[in-house]
Amino acid sequence: METLGYLMDGFGVALAPHNLMFALLGAFLGTLIGALPGLGPANGVAILIPLAFSLGLAPETALIMLTSVYAGAMYGGRISSILLNIPGDEPAMMTCLDGYPMAQKGKASEALAISAVASFVGSLIATIGLILLAPLLANFALTFGPAEYFALFLLAFATLGGITGKNPIKTVVAACIGLMIATVGIDNTGVPRYTFGVLELFEGVDFIIAIVGLFAISELLFFIEERAGGGKEKMKVNKLSLSWKDIREILPTSFRGGVLGFVAGVLPGAGASLGSFISYTLEKRVLGKKGYFGQGDPRGVAAPEAGNNAASSGALVPMLTLGVPGSGTTAVLLALLISLNITPGPLMFTQNADIVWGVIAALLIGNFLLLVLNIPLVGIFVKLLSVPPMYLLPIVTMVAFVGIYSISNTIFDLYFMVAFGVGGYVLRKLEIPLVPVILGLLLGPEMEKNLRHAMDISDGDWMILWDSGLAIGLWVFAGLGLILPYVVGPILRRRMRTPIEKGMPESD
Amino acid sequence: MTLKPSLKYVTLLALPLAAVTTFSSTASAFEPKGKVECIAPSDPGGGWDFTCRSVGNVMQELDLVPANVQTINMAGAGGGVAFAHTVSKRAGDDHLLVAASTATTTRLAQGQFPGLSADMVNWIGALGADYGIIAVAADSEIDDLNELMDSLKEDPRSVKFAGGSAKGGWDHLKVLIAAQAADVENLPRIAYLSYNNGGEALTQVIGGHVDAFTGDITEAQGFMESGDLRVLAVLSEERLPGDLSDIPTAREQGIDALGPNWRGFYMPADISEDAEAYWTDAMDTIYQSEEWQSVMTQNGLMPFHMTAGEFEEFVLNQIKDIEQLSKDIGLIQ
Repeated sequence: METLGYLMDGFGVALAPHNLMFALLGAFLGTLIGALPGLGPANGVAILIPLAFSLGLAPETALIMLTSVYAGAMYGGRISSILLNIPGDEPAMMTCLDGYPMAQKGKASEALAISAVASFVGSLIATIGLILLAPLLANFALTFGPAEYFALFLLAFATLGGITGKNPIKTVVAACIGLMIATVGIDNTGVPRYTFGVLELFEGVDFIIAIVGLFAISELLFFIEERAGGGKEKMKVNKLSLSWKDIREILPTSFRGGVLGFVAGVLPGAGASLGSFISYTLEKRVLGKKGYFGQGDPRGVAAPEAGNNAASSGALVPMLTLGVPGSGTTAVLLALLISLNITPGPLMFTQNADIVWGVIAALLIGNFLLLVLNIPLVGIFVKLLSVPPMYLLPIVTMVAFVGIYSISNTIFDLYFMVAFGVGGYVLRKLEIPLVPVILGLLLGPEMEKNLRHAMDISDGDWMILWDSGLAIGLWVFAGLGLILPYVVGPILRRRMRTPIEKGMPESD
Repeated sequence: MTLKPSLKYVTLLALPLAAVTTFSSTASAFEPKGKVECIAPSDPGGGWDFTCRSVGNVMQELDLVPANVQTINMAGAGGGVAFAHTVSKRAGDDHLLVAASTATTTRLAQGQFPGLSADMVNWIGALGADYGIIAVAADSEIDDLNELMDSLKEDPRSVKFAGGSAKGGWDHLKVLIAAQAADVENLPRIAYLSYNNGGEALTQVIGGHVDAFTGDITEAQGFMESGDLRVLAVLSEERLPGDLSDIPTAREQGIDALGPNWRGFYMPADISEDAEAYWTDAMDTIYQSEEWQSVMTQNGLMPFHMTAGEFEEFVLNQIKDIEQLSKDIGLIQ
């Protein structure tokens, strides 16, 4: 098989000592970047691009280092989700839901180890998928027109009710807030909306700023409030006691999450956030009564982690085969490719075979490196928790400020981040979930654009929205996603309530 | 001259010498001292970022600057934040370059930088261009540019275009420039679909969802070589060099339309005349250097250069043209 030969050549490239060294460096830096809230993979890769250039690295070495950073950041993102309830990056949002409750129950090291294994399984599945499908997938992505994309995003919104628990009205309110914020900026036709003549608002609200503000800054505000109210008990961290049985228990979940995440990642524009989100919701549906999601179920940690790691590798497929980034980070990687004078597209797999397959092989190797890095290092990461919040949170805040400032070099973004922090605090006080806000913000502009495009193409005929089999299929799933929670939800919830009734505070 | 960067003192001593030999007339009046900054009005990775970094490297290699050129990323409002910063906070700073391109002039022409205009800065020079193209999927029924324009003349909505810029942005304008040159009426009715980048627009065209692609030649090369995309016309004065010489220009098909997306720099207002002269000369030196020519070939940049006064005039004219066109199609009042 031709692919296998290319892959062997790829291993030849990736196993060259200096490439291996940069892969290790990238994996380590990536985990570090992913773990620091606010410095997500997109920023991490973007910040390290100048480094790759200034070191004068060869194209394949630069790409190998930065894809390792990318993969590492996906691993690292889970750490602060679990320990601090602050997602290290936006796809790690879902890991908070069960990871943090696990940590609160004193099972932080288990949560970290489980998530590392799940991340590994997810990445492995997706990388194998990438190898098998990348050459074939070029044509699949082409069948997605504006109507299909619109239906796809609608599906994402329709299934929102599944993640955020009991009050559907609050979920809708949160999604609407996100969608409303998404309308700020110059719209598709060049008309400024809600910019009030402020230049910084013309490009809309940067969701990285929103995420860091909503999660990190509001966390700081909560901390301040709790201190003023007497402070909270210091968290005890247990010794890692993970048996083979625990790992075996999460393997089916990781496998399902990995496959789903890969599919979500391959669809251009969907990305890792959707991957972890869909994996989590599906797992919650599949397990139903057997799980105790939202209260520290290990499978609730494994599903989104497998999902987002798989999606991040999956997102490389459209980026490499079509030049269409499936996520913010792949967009940055795409920019790197172009500046290295490699034109992404169907031909790249043959013309720049050494580079493409070298990178794919590096992903496989990097994945093993990351697992090895992450399991023994769990101890070190857990130590982060024993740093009292009064030291840790100011550091987190400082990193958030430095990170945001280093992206744009404008004070305006910092004010904006603080404003989002205060907003996030208020929302959390009102028990309005934050995840739908972010999803609205992320998906809103794309959804609007695709609807407009569909209307442009059909000259205003709404029938185009369900004109193809694929679109109809997506609509059906969206409809089911909307209705099912109301039919099945109450039954499930009643069943879920029975096993565990600990009076844990509902996390976001 | 090949000097190692570490030999700092030697470099400092040698620099005036180098300058005298490179520039005959104005060299002695102004020398950059210390750090030179280059603002890329975007996040790392984009075209402006590339302009700053690659030109910065060439300037160091040619010893046009005493130390290194520091690239500062200042994203926001499609370059508006950096433009406002340059106008309001950096006037008189003769150690600051800001990367610009046709996207900058388009936004200036359409009043998207409120209260700011092109004459508030000094336009230093352009160092190459990426030319516009109009293309269709390989299996499209449209064979050449005239056929496409004829069907637009019959019904402006008969062919729909996809591109990587916003509505009213440069990719959109290229279609309108060509359509106007072909005497198509009712320009505002022509459908343009805006995507996040050229690659996304291309897949929609290849996938058969949209009829035609408008963008730059570098964006389309991958799909051209794979045979999925057929380029109907390139909007350059003459045919492009090398492998691209098979593509007919719009001009030779009787449609007088040009669409260069140039890459260049502006500087703050109120800089000394000597400094302005130094930097415009520096642009000429860079453009003629072998180092820059190899950067251009590697990155698909096409020949495009103007010296000093010519460039400022070109920029102002381009803005006037775009403003007129934008008014014609009802984008601005």
